Order: sequence, then C-alpha cells, then structure tokens
Amino acid sequence: MQPVDNPSWLTRLGDAFAWPLRTSHYLELVNPLWTTHALQARVEKVWDETADARTITLRPGRNWRSHRPGQHLRIGVPIGGMHYTRTYSISSAPEASDELITITVKAITGGRMSHHLVRNIKPGDHLPIGVPQGDFYLPDANPVQPLFISAGSGITPIISMLRSLVAQERLPDVVHLHYAPHAYDVIFGNELRALAARHPQYRLHLLYTREPGAAPTAAAAGRRHFSAEQLGEVCPDWRDRDVFACGPQGLLDALESHWDRAGLSRQLHSERFRAQVAATPAQVSSGTVRFARSGVVASSDGVVNLLRLAEDHGLNPAHGCRMGICHGCDAVLKSGCVRDLRTNAMLNEADQIVQICVCAAAGDAELEL
Amino acid sequence: MGIPSHLSAGDIEEFGREMDAIRNEVMDSRGDRDRAYILRVIRWQRSLALGGRIVMFISLLALPLSGLPYAGWPQFLVVLALGSIMLGIAKIIENMEIGHNVMHAQWDWMRDPNIQSNTWEWDNVCPSDQWKHSHNVVHHTWTNVIGKDPDIGYGVLRVTPVQHWRPKFLAQPLINFFLNILFQWGVAIHDLEVDKILEGEKSLASVRPMLRRIVWKASRQLLKDYVLWPALGALLTLPAALVLQVNPAAVALAAFLLVAGGNMFANLMRNVWSNVIIFCGHFPSGVHHFSKQDVEGETRARWYIRQLLGSANIGGGKLFHVLSGNLSHQIEHHLFPDMPSNRYPEVAPRVRALAARYRLPYNTASLTRQFGSTTWTIWRLAFPGGRIKAATA
Repeated sequence: MQPVDNPSWLTRLGDAFAWPLRTSHYLELVNPLWTTHALQARVEKVWDETADARTITLRPGRNWRSHRPGQHLRIGVPIGGMHYTRTYSISSAPEASDELITITVKAITGGRMSHHLVRNIKPGDHLPIGVPQGDFYLPDANPVQPLFISAGSGITPIISMLRSLVAQERLPDVVHLHYAPHAYDVIFGNELRALAARHPQYRLHLLYTREPGAAPTAAAAGRRHFSAEQLGEVCPDWRDRDVFACGPQGLLDALESHWDRAGLSRQLHSERFRAQVAATPAQVSSGTVRFARSGVVASSDGVVNLLRLAEDHGLNPAHGCRMGICHGCDAVLKSGCVRDLRTNAMLNEADQIVQICVCAAAGDAELEL
Repeated sequence: MGIPSHLSAGDIEEFGREMDAIRNEVMDSRGDRDRAYILRVIRWQRSLALGGRIVMFISLLALPLSGLPYAGWPQFLVVLALGSIMLGIAKIIENMEIGHNVMHAQWDWMRDPNIQSNTWEWDNVCPSDQWKHSHNVVHHTWTNVIGKDPDIGYGVLRVTPVQHWRPKFLAQPLINFFLNILFQWGVAIHDLEVDKILEGEKSLASVRPMLRRIVWKASRQLLKDYVLWPALGALLTLPAALVLQVNPAAVALAAFLLVAGGNMFANLMRNVWSNVIIFCGHFPSGVHHFSKQDVEGETRARWYIRQLLGSANIGGGKLFHVLSGNLSHQIEHHLFPDMPSNRYPEVAPRVRALAARYRLPYNTASLTRQFGSTTWTIWRLAFPGGRIKAATA
C-alpha cells in the first residue's frame, strides 16, 4: 500500500519508459509480488485454529520489511467489489526462515471482513498489505520480566513475542494469563500448553469464562473475568512486571484502571485496535464535525452539507459543481458517519472518500480537511 | 431551444425522480463483477501496450538494411504496422475506457488505492488535474450552455447557429482537420482558454503555472514515445549489426526513426479516434443548446433534461463501445457521469424508454450518420447563418 521513495536512477529510467505508470505496473502483470508501487502478499496456506479462527499464511512481496514481534499490519480485501482495510497482528516470529508471515483472524459476529477472511480466502489469492506498524513490542535491549494478559484473538501479538523469544533462546521468566470462552476455543492452545511443559520459566494460566457446568450467574462470571484478586492469586509479583496486554475493549479498560490505581500505568503496554466502522444513527441526527487538518470543530444539524459547513466555519475546501457530479470536493472521512443527501445512504467506513457537497454528518464525524 | 415546453414543472420533477431511481438502483448494485471488469480491462490494456511495443521491436528483425535472408520492406512494414496498431488501440482504451472514466470517479467506490480519480494520470499530454477541471467541473456542470460550456466548439469552432458568426470561423474546416489529428494537444491547452487570452480577457501571466505543468507532462510523454523507446530499439539492433557486418549507425538510425514513426502513428490513431467519438457526443444535428436564462434556478430534474437533450449516442457493437470508452453512450454518461461505464449499455434502453414516455428526444444514430452530420455542421457553420435543427421525439 505504501509507495517507495528515493528510487535508484535505474528504476527512474525504467519508469520513464512506463510513464505515466511505473515499471512495477507491468511487472505486476507477471507476478503481483514483484510490484513496488503497491505491496501485496499471496495467500500460501489456510489453517483452522478453532471453529471460528483461521491462520492465514502469507508470502509478502518485494519491499516487505521484517516485523518486530507484536507489531500489526494493514491488510486490504475486496468484498462486493469494495476495498476494506483492517489491521491484524502478525502471529509469526520474525525469526521464521521461510520468509512467510501469518495472521490469525477470528470471525467476529457481524464482522464483514473477518468473516470473509475466515470463510472465503483461499491459497493463491493476492491481498494488498502494508508494512509492519505499531509500537506494541518487547524492548530489544534490557530483558524484562513480562506478564502477558490476552483474551480471545488478542493472543496473536503475544504468540509472536513468545515464538520469537523461544527462537532466540532467551525466554525469560514469563507469566501469561489468557482468557477464552472454553478450552476448545483457545487459539494456539496446544502450542501454549506444550511451551509451558517444555519451559518451566513460562507459567501459563488459561482462564475459561464460559466453561459449561458452573452456574452462569453474574457473580460467577465476574470471578471468571479479570479481577484484582484473581491477578494477586496467579501472579503475586505483578507490580514488578512489565505488562503486555491485548484483548477486547472491556478487558483493556479494566487493566488500565487497575494499573492506574496502583500508580503503575507506565508498566502497562496494551494493543488496542481502533474501531474502523462507526455506528450509523437511525435518523437524521446532529453532531460535531471535526476538520482534522485545520483543527476546526463545527456543530452540524445533520442536514447542512459538509462543504457548506466547512465554508461557514472559515474553511475553503477545493470544490467544483456543488451538486455531486465532478468529485472536485472529495475528502477522506477519518472517522464517524456521514449521510449521502441524494440517497440517504450512510457512509461509515474509516478512510473512505466522500463527496462533501452532497453529504451531511450523521452524528459525529471527522474529515481530513 | 431550451427545455421543451410540453412538460409542466410537475412532469419535469417526476421525470427527475424516475431518473434518480434508475441511478440509485444501478449504483446500489455495483459489486464484484464491475471490479472484475475494470481490472480485466486494465490488465488487457497494459499487456496490449507492452505487446505492441515488443512487436515493433520484433519488426526490426525484418529491416531490409540488416541483410537477413527473410528481411524485406513488405514483411517489415506489416509487422511494424501490427505493433503500432496494437499500441494505438492500447492508447485509445487507456485514454477512453480507463483514463476518462477513472478520472470521472466512476471507480472510486471500490476504494482501491490504485484506481482513484484524484491520483490517476493518463497517457496523454494533458495533465489530469487540468482535464478534470475543464471536463468534470466546467463541461459536465454547464453542458451546452452558451457562454458557459467551453466545449461548445472548444473556443475555435462554430458548432451551433446560436454562436455568432465571425470571419475567423471561415477557417474552421481547416482548424477542424488539425484539431482532429492533433487532438491530444488541443485537449492539453483547453483549460488555458486560449481564445480568452487572445481576446485579452485573460492574461498570459495568469496561466503560466498551468502552462508549466503542461510542459512538464508533455515532455515526459514525448520523451517516452519519441526518445526512449526508439533509442532502445536502436540499441537492440547494434549487436545484430555487428554480427552481420552491416553499417551499425545506419541500422540504428533507421530503427530509431521507424520505431518513433510507429509510435507517432499510434498517437495519431488515438487522436483521430477520440476526436471523432467526442465530437459525435455533442455536435451532431439535433443536439440542443441552452441559454444562461434556461439554467437559472435549475433543479436536478431540469439538469437531467438538459443532459439528455444536449448529448448524442452512437450505435455499435460491444467492442465498439469499449473502444469508445462507452462515450458512444454519451447521453447515459452525461446523466450519470460517475456511474461505472460498463453499466451504460444496460441503462441505455431504460433511459430511452423513459425519454419516450415523456416525449423527449433521444438522439442516437450510427457512427457514419453522427459523424457525417457533425462534419456537415462544421463546414456549413463556417459561413454565416445556419438553421437550428433540434430533434424532437
């Protein structure tokens, strides 16, 4: 997805032959992995980890650079002809010698992209990807005593860290709390248990939140999810450890307030994925529109078009026909939801392009203007 | 001219609602097959362009100067022409079915970062940003409004009797010929509004930044077609010339000039073809023109009617539609400029039926007929007078 800067003189000469395209566009005809104008990956293998989680092995194209364990990548998939981008943690270790990477995707209820990845992707498909990103990784220099806390598919960056530490033969004293609904739902369950059996310094605590048998009362459920008492029981020295946590919003919120209260929030590192899709309000609703580049904030009645709103607040966005024909006013929707005034269609996908002269905010929205 | 008087304001709004319904139905059904279509066209176009250039190089093996046993002018020219025509067709598809339509934002809905209207650059000397202004913003908004739409005769031709005759129009058959063979250069300087500069309405200094950009774009186009590819062809002949002990300089020079000539023919093909198709979109007999008063307080429904009356279609087969960038469906393109072009053939009968129900003209005819009446109009209107022949349903 990212273009490469500073091409060599040879590349520039080659590109002059291909102008206005680049040589890379013609190489793509032969093998999509050879492109430099857009990074792509070929699906090599798919493997079902659990009933609803699948590991996808990818061979990234040229221009890929090795990741740090714990980092994520952006991956694009066309569904119904439309390109959707989501972020997934890389679950393989960078030490893997086969130049392949893996991501592990869990099908979320109502999740369009995760469902597509888990059900429809097959070996041989090509997907656009981004280079590794994110600051959720173990520090290289000083060895730490990590406490890993993960839940569900939040295991993916953690398993990458564990695999990497094992491959480097420097697995330190680790405590790992992992939450899953049932024993059979644990992604990488066999590998984690084998790891715990082989390395005594790795102490694994698998916690099942919906194991059958016990009464599903609120109190019982409360005991099964994260709590201060539970943490004290399984990891009495939690104050001395650096915590790496990844999981659902609720878990991360609970961890943040717990470490905050202990005054140790510096020791907590967590990986959160920003929601890519905003909720769509049922009817016309007022809200706040943020114009990200100019820093201007405006309140919208949900009816006035965004171009007019921007102009009323002193901005002068590029525009043309003001009636939705010329696409001269196209702007990127950073977050939130807007309504197409011609069709009442709701547009709520982050980073999508919207025609601001014929769209109004639906609730809160943020635009790259 | 203007909006037909047989329709009441209520009829017009109802017509607009029906047109919106067609648009929404098609736009909501965009999906995998449309994406597959544009990706397939792009893949074919790039393969054809590269293939054409390679075939031109292969033709050099039959260059008579080489002294190879099977060399000879007829076989050489046939292969060179084949390569050149392949490249010409590739350029036509690139400019029309891909470039024009991508820059109309017809494919932006896919959110594919590589196929976006705001980043697309086409194989044409006109910089894409200037084209998007003169075409998408000005022409598509003000279609056929006298004094507002610079595409009515492009500032140099008199294409409707409504335009006042002036002596300069006597030269228009000749200007038309040159515009036809040099069409991409005409498109390149179109947004500068040269006629206004000549008449002193606009200063040369005000267009200097645009001019610089045109020079920047054109120099890259010329470098590619008339320096780099011919030079590569010349370079490839050198080893053969040395082995065969013929004058390498003569062979290389011949190769350079012949490849450059082949590329020039490809560009000429594209110029002539795109000019013919585009002129047939708005200049045939029966196309309506509008005054500024006609569009005051114009509703979306009235805008639809203006687009319908101001455009003309060309009949033809599937391949013809692709080669014309589906601008053979100029009416549908003007009604729905950001609808994916592969959908125009399927909406055309619905639009035609809708026009018939409201007793509105739907201007369509064969290429011969539309181009014939366009050419006749241009020749006739070089002289004063001329009758308005607005089509009726």
